[in-house]
Amino acid sequence: MRFVITVTVEIITADGRVIVGTFKGFDQTTNVILSSCHERVFSETEGVETLPLGLYIIRGDNIVLIGEIDLERDASVDLSEIRAAPITDISRR
Amino acid sequence: MLFYSFFKTLIGQQVTVELKNDLAITGILTSVDQFLNIKLDEIRAVDEAKYPHMMAVKNCFIRGSVVRYVQLPASAVDTALLQDAARREAQQPTTGGAH
Repeated sequence: MRFVITVTVEIITADGRVIVGTFKGFDQTTNVILSSCHERVFSETEGVETLPLGLYIIRGDNIVLIGEIDLERDASVDLSEIRAAPITDISRR
Repeated sequence: MLFYSFFKTLIGQQVTVELKNDLAITGILTSVDQFLNIKLDEIRAVDEAKYPHMMAVKNCFIRGSVVRYVQLPASAVDTALLQDAARREAQQPTTGGAH
């Protein structure tokens, strides 16, 4: 029987993007595979926009943070009500 | 390897990690590895109003290369012991990571 991982994670990338998807695998350099993922685009003037992306491999160099999402808590948050500036690019000061 | 060992002694402590993108996260240190990648539990952004991006995240992995500072509880650190260990490691260049 194949082992199936069904953890939903949020990845913050070096350029400040927030990508949410199902965690499928990783290696020692923190390269990560996410399936059925989407990007959450934060804005100060309107609610969070969700962009479908599909299957992604994210190179470890570009990863800042990987967070495990609590699905219950995530479902209770109304993304269209959230106003926030995007996370800054890691190289820009 | 000194700081790897040092961080391992801090597992279970509440720390604040400031990242190079100015995001600061507080949580319980649960794990650290040779790259000083950090795992935190029960996390929250220090400025939650500015960073609602991780509201539904309860624990996280932070890549060591993006960490700017780790703020530690002073009570958890024996600075005299750390200084002594640093001096001892400096005297044994073969055990250092430089090549």
